[in-house]
Amino acid sequence: MADPDLPIEHLLRELAPQVLSPIVRRFRDFAAAEDAVQEALIAATAQWPREGVPANPRAWLIQVASRRMADHIRSEVARRRREQVAAEEAERLALPVDAGAESGEDDTLLLLFMCCHPALTRASAIALTLRAVGGLTTAEIANAFLVPEATMAQRISRAKQSIMESEIPFQLPTAEDRAQRLRAVLHVLYLIFNEGYTSSAGPRLRRADLSDEAIRLTRIVYDREPDDTEVAGLLALMLLTDARRAARIGPNGELIPLAQQNRTLWDRQQIAEGIALLSTALPKGSVGSYQLQAAIAAVHDEATRTEDTDWPQILALYELLKRMSDNPMIVLNHAVAAAMVHGPRKGLELLNALDSDPRIAERHRLEAVRAHLLEMAGDHQAAITHYRNAASRATSLPERNYLMMQAARLSQLRPTDQKDSSGCK
Amino acid sequence: MKFILMMTGKRADWDEYAKWSKEDMERNVAFMRAFNKEIKDAGVFVATEGLAWPGEAKFVRAGKHGEPVTDGVFPESKEFLAGYWIIDVESAEQAYKIAARVSAAPGPGGKPGAVPVEVRQVLSGHADLGL
Repeated sequence: MADPDLPIEHLLRELAPQVLSPIVRRFRDFAAAEDAVQEALIAATAQWPREGVPANPRAWLIQVASRRMADHIRSEVARRRREQVAAEEAERLALPVDAGAESGEDDTLLLLFMCCHPALTRASAIALTLRAVGGLTTAEIANAFLVPEATMAQRISRAKQSIMESEIPFQLPTAEDRAQRLRAVLHVLYLIFNEGYTSSAGPRLRRADLSDEAIRLTRIVYDREPDDTEVAGLLALMLLTDARRAARIGPNGELIPLAQQNRTLWDRQQIAEGIALLSTALPKGSVGSYQLQAAIAAVHDEATRTEDTDWPQILALYELLKRMSDNPMIVLNHAVAAAMVHGPRKGLELLNALDSDPRIAERHRLEAVRAHLLEMAGDHQAAITHYRNAASRATSLPERNYLMMQAARLSQLRPTDQKDSSGCK
Repeated sequence: MKFILMMTGKRADWDEYAKWSKEDMERNVAFMRAFNKEIKDAGVFVATEGLAWPGEAKFVRAGKHGEPVTDGVFPESKEFLAGYWIIDVESAEQAYKIAARVSAAPGPGGKPGAVPVEVRQVLSGHADLGL
């Protein structure tokens, strides 16, 4: 049940899926129901601060949303002027929606399965999840992704269109589909988290909100699926990564790599929670990639100083991950870990395998890591070239600035190096 | 991923355009309107603007005391920006497809054109060094 002491905005977000599911069940029209609930939420935002939160806020929202649905159906019926349908719908309108406040019929997971259906594009699934399950307004979502509100509205309506066209039923997936569908949900939540965490564009506060929202939604899934170790793994990964948020951006918006972060700024409480989740999940057996990534994040978070990092353990975890999925980013990170354990030359050797992988060969990340390892190996000249290469391919401004800065820093060292290597005294 | 699609042309292209028939112009305007609606309906639209003709274009540089020093003499071969679209899509390939679509805007006689459109990624991507 919702906590009545929550700020109204939080209360509404929490209630959104609990209001949407009975409306969808009742009227069997997901697209219209979702619009009706959104309108009810907006009405509450305007009314509740003035008039106070109703005694049963969920029932209030259900009532308002049902009324909107009734209006919608009436106008649809009028438009279609089809007696048969009119009679049927009128009958349906006469029945009240079972608010079932205490019956606790919770379909949040079901809604997530719908919004994250593989038939939707990534962008559509993200937008729809944030609105239908997260209870965010279209304007808030548009703001977070820095696109016009009309564009976001269009994405949401296209997502609903796809749901209608693929005739995705409002019911839990079958047992054999379930695992795969849950992976799709986790992937969308992961993308929302990343969008908030790694994006440098736009109003920082709003972007950070996306990470918070992803964590909140993943917690909801975890509450319902506490025995799924990958759900726990994803939640742990988010918490352990987000714990470093305050340390990874400098005062002028510049990026600070893990090794140089002020670790006293890390959120210890969040780290403890992430580690506790992981410690419960790991012994249960089926170890998936979110758990492994979380475990890697935990090893980093446990080191109070960069030089205390347990790289052999990280390397071992990346080796497991590499076996589990064919993802060039994992190969890249594996190479970094190998460099930390066996020296930069070993890491550079491993990077060569990626040069022929079209998914990453032309990307700045590969060049950035190569530059970093070359610098470690003492080959400053080559490192400068690769830092500049990486900068020319960067896709974010802070990242490009960081890479240019590394090249400039090494260039300024060079005269001394040359003196040393030429043997001039 | 956001991309900017920049439609460019030389000054002579504007002079040519000025000589188009009414039907050709109407067709072109209708195409552009439909194209804008298309990218809006697809949920990828971020922004668009068309620019004034390059006749009045100026290069501005800061003078000794920061005052604007203008130069309006350009070689015939100079490419000018005619207008731009910013779109938010999932891949570069999707951006190229949309760029090709607008590049084919109908020219004289309704023949699909091949107007050059420069496509560049906007630096609003993820900032994650992975280090």
